[in-house]
Amino acid sequence: MDAEVNKPGTSGREFDIELKLFIDAIYHLYHYDFRGYAPASLRRRLKTAMNRFDCGTLSQLQDKVVHDSAVFPALLDFLTVQVSEMFRDPAYFLALRDRVVPLLRTYPSLKVWVAGCSAGEEAYSLAILFHEEGLLSKTLIYGTDINTGTLQKAAAGVYGVERIAGFTANHHKSGARSSLSDYYTAAYGRAVFNKSLKDHIVFSDHSLATDSVFAEVQLVSCRNVLIYFNRTLRDRALGLFREALCRRGFLGIGAKESLRFSSQADAFVDFAPAERIYQRRAEL
Amino acid sequence: MNLAGRIDAVVIGASAGGIEALTVLLPALARGLRPPVFVVLHLPRNRPSVLAEIFAKRCAVPVREAEDKEMVTSGTVYFAPNDYHLLVDQGPQLALSADEPVHHSRPSVDVLFESAVDIYKDRLLGIILTGANEDGATGLAAVHDAGGVTIVQRPDTTLAPMMALSALKLRPADWVLTLDEIAGMLQTLDATATPMQVS
Repeated sequence: MDAEVNKPGTSGREFDIELKLFIDAIYHLYHYDFRGYAPASLRRRLKTAMNRFDCGTLSQLQDKVVHDSAVFPALLDFLTVQVSEMFRDPAYFLALRDRVVPLLRTYPSLKVWVAGCSAGEEAYSLAILFHEEGLLSKTLIYGTDINTGTLQKAAAGVYGVERIAGFTANHHKSGARSSLSDYYTAAYGRAVFNKSLKDHIVFSDHSLATDSVFAEVQLVSCRNVLIYFNRTLRDRALGLFREALCRRGFLGIGAKESLRFSSQADAFVDFAPAERIYQRRAEL
Repeated sequence: MNLAGRIDAVVIGASAGGIEALTVLLPALARGLRPPVFVVLHLPRNRPSVLAEIFAKRCAVPVREAEDKEMVTSGTVYFAPNDYHLLVDQGPQLALSADEPVHHSRPSVDVLFESAVDIYKDRLLGIILTGANEDGATGLAAVHDAGGVTIVQRPDTTLAPMMALSALKLRPADWVLTLDEIAGMLQTLDATATPMQVS
């Protein structure tokens, strides 16, 4: 049984100090800013990375990361690991379809920002939903993430066929108006999503911790990303969304996330509270 | 068998048969309890979590589903929401994560226990109950190794013994007890100096 996490090097005050040094080193060397991440998940991810890189202490891992630039991209996968799926939480997509889409129809053109898009599952889900609703032809979806390796996967739009059954079940529950199989070609154990979707998605490198707003959008979807941030960084990200959204634009966050106790809470009003969809206030 | 003055927080992990087991344990928590109680109970995915509602009606202490970035309140029972890991973070405050399942489980008992050890060190009580997988064994070992107190439900009294057996295989527990005996232990946890008034 795996009792690796209980090694003495992975807890206590020494680990806390090593963690701070480690995060600072990455920031200065590679310009990735994890200083505003919630410590609990960060620790767990780093403990996993220590096991994988066979390091007994975080200082040993830091040594590898600082002196071998090939290690950093692999480490980044541990630090940014996101496990998503298409149409995750179908009720969210159903609410977008039934309540948000009717209002989005009134715009001559649409921009959507999927912040923290990981391998692209959510961006493709929205592209499919917008296609079903007849909006995709006038829509551009931005998928952003800090992990360039993951962004390449997202741009390829290739997923293991073993995941398709789950995606299809979710899609169906989201009020689907077509079959998911209309949107991909399956061969050799992989499902490749269609170019007709990709033509409306731009995947690019963007950090919610250090970058600024790049476009005005009508919808921001950022689900299960803010849970990894501390309050300060969460509020920074929400500030970016507020700035990017047009008046009465929409913000969707994760099923267990909330704007409560955020300094940006006043910028948004509840729109579909159960599905965690908010609307930017008109008067700001 | 007394925990007075010893424990600042309690973590509980259960899987198959867990609702019935918690029905014995949680109502035993006395009003005015001081340590918070964090619970991971495995449930089928994609079901709305109603555990907090179910148990709130039966308990003398507040019972809630954990919310991300919520400050931890004394004497409150927090359930991990379905399909998220629950962690305790500095503050102490609650943190959720959508990281990959551990032992095919999200929430995972190991994830909760190990994060709670980081915050509460040797002032933590870890309890492993009934369940049909090995999630929780590593977490309870972490509680033990940090000098905390560990309790495992007596395997022959569980609906599914694997979770308890896996935990006992990895480290000896301080106590191996029936549910009624564990309920008795919980009644020895500290109360706040000024018990909360019923409104």
